[in-house]
Amino acid sequence: MSIFVDADTRVVVQGITGKEGQFHARQCVEYGTNVVAGVTPGKGGQKMDEVPVFNSVAAAVDKAGANCSLIFVPPPFAADAIMEAADAGVDVIVTITEGIPVLDMMRVKHYLKSKPCRLIGPNCPGIITPGAAKVGIMPAPIHKAGGPIGVVSRSGTLTYEVVYQLTAQGIGQTTCIGIGGDPVNGTNFIDCLEAFEADPETKGVVMVGEIGGSAEEQAAQFVKERMSKPVVSFIAGMTAPPGRRMGHAGAIISGGTGTAQGKVEALKAAGVHVCENLGRIGELCAKVF
Amino acid sequence: MKIHEYQAKQLFSQYEIPIPRGAVANSPDAAKSEAETLGAFPVAVKAQIHAGGRGKGGGVKIAKDPAEVEKYAGDIIGMNLVTPQTGAEGQPVKRVLIESGLEIEKELYLSLMTDRESAEVLIMASEAGGMDIETVAAETPEKIIKVYVNPLSGIYPYHCRQAAFGLNLGKDLLKPFSRMLTRLYKLLMEKDASLVEINPLVITKDQELIALDAKINFDDNALYRQKDVAEMRDLDEEDPLDVEASKYNLNYINLDGTVGNMVNGAGLAMAVMDTIKLAGAEPANFLDVGGGATAEMIENGFRIILSDRKVKAILINIFGGILRCDVLAEGVVKAAKNTRIDVPLVVRMEGTNVEEGRQILAESGLEIQTARDLADAGEKVAALV
Repeated sequence: MSIFVDADTRVVVQGITGKEGQFHARQCVEYGTNVVAGVTPGKGGQKMDEVPVFNSVAAAVDKAGANCSLIFVPPPFAADAIMEAADAGVDVIVTITEGIPVLDMMRVKHYLKSKPCRLIGPNCPGIITPGAAKVGIMPAPIHKAGGPIGVVSRSGTLTYEVVYQLTAQGIGQTTCIGIGGDPVNGTNFIDCLEAFEADPETKGVVMVGEIGGSAEEQAAQFVKERMSKPVVSFIAGMTAPPGRRMGHAGAIISGGTGTAQGKVEALKAAGVHVCENLGRIGELCAKVF
Repeated sequence: MKIHEYQAKQLFSQYEIPIPRGAVANSPDAAKSEAETLGAFPVAVKAQIHAGGRGKGGGVKIAKDPAEVEKYAGDIIGMNLVTPQTGAEGQPVKRVLIESGLEIEKELYLSLMTDRESAEVLIMASEAGGMDIETVAAETPEKIIKVYVNPLSGIYPYHCRQAAFGLNLGKDLLKPFSRMLTRLYKLLMEKDASLVEINPLVITKDQELIALDAKINFDDNALYRQKDVAEMRDLDEEDPLDVEASKYNLNYINLDGTVGNMVNGAGLAMAVMDTIKLAGAEPANFLDVGGGATAEMIENGFRIILSDRKVKAILINIFGGILRCDVLAEGVVKAAKNTRIDVPLVVRMEGTNVEEGRQILAESGLEIQTARDLADAGEKVAALV
């Protein structure tokens, strides 16, 4: 078992003929992901390796049976690509693109409310169910299939570090999800925690947060009230200065809110095992799980 | 991105949002003649820097005649203005805004921002104008009116009425207030602003609503479609090393510590800063070279770290994914050859092509300490400073 993507996931890659789209589509195929289609408007009828390219997501759904979209479209066209995927009826939309204007994402978020689909990202590494499907850009070899731990994170390489340490401890993963570093995103921590709680194969969750916003505080509340499975957490940015955007558009302490200290306290109060030293998170997980 | 008050007021004026009569000046002479053109006294002489709290640092003066304007402008232009927001080092002032004085009856607060939690435009208004809104929010939250606007449907008269009644505005001000708020909303949406703030928004004795101050921040991600806004960027207001780094697409922030560091990925870069601190040292910077860094970017990152004289040691932590370890190692070796690296270096690499990367470093003849994991890297580099 896993959450959101599995061996039955049929992926359409939007922007498959671009440099990044092509590289990562190949990596996903190599991993064994069921990449059934690509979309590049104007290149319908061509092929990228063995993958048929269509002019629209609707055609990819109709002709190739895609049910999940992976988006590499540049920021100016990303909002359009996400809404097109939602209109075409895919279940899961994974958006890797970094740098989408906030107002675009605000409109997208409200538009998606009326659609039965899940957006993961943007500005994220994607999602992987090790051994079944990789829908994203994460380095595959660091993962270990078979569970029993779920991973959810706002950051890319920080997640790789955590997964690497889990695997080094012999702890496998059910699903690892990057929810992205932007201030306005689709799937949030709580959505993932809820799904992991419901997934019988997942026995515990690692949640990786960072400064900015209050998603971690809300997640802490959820853990306290609704989760029976143990949660380990790390929050990046203890040393981040206030008022500065730390790389990610959403990673900013503003007006005293969004500090790492505040998040750590909220998580500890909710019974979450908070790791203060990232270099030791694997050891902590081995103890807790 | 931030802009100056006078630039924000130029945008207000484009959107027909009432502002005081005024002009910007970059010398005492020009300030005096601008004041004379305005014709009436007193006038305000306001330092133009990005940081707030200018009045507290002596950057805002009221002049009663042209001679005073000249004197105050002379005092302010060229001064190193220290405010609660600039830090102890302050910010040099290059120009002042000269504005007609107003007869003020009441001061209000009004702002619009893109709110991350609701994904809506949040309008905040308060009768406690002129005060720091964060203080108002902390001490008397009931004095702040919040109205949310869905970006798909946009602003409607009822949103404006909700804010206006919350501010206890008289009947005669309802229409001009609604017009102003609607225009502010339009400005935010059309210019990709993340914050538009008027503090204070004043009601004059003649019952006019005027934006006495103006602050606008913009979404950096949207600057590609806001060329006129991007042109308002003032590089003098930013840390020179930050500016240099942005030329090379590097995410760099200069900090106070002594351990320089280079990392791929923003979250991991923050975590590495935290690791350095935990090991007993202080990070000198935040530097995210990004997922797709090239050997050139690594080299430029090195030059920027080394041009910070505080740096006593450097930690490189790369988790190779898209950025391969061998590419990183080549960049390090190239940088070492082109720049004189006169501080010790600790490298921790993991992920794609890590063996090739380690070999390149080992064969380079450079004095590099390698760390087996992140915790080890932090301890090794902290022991060096």
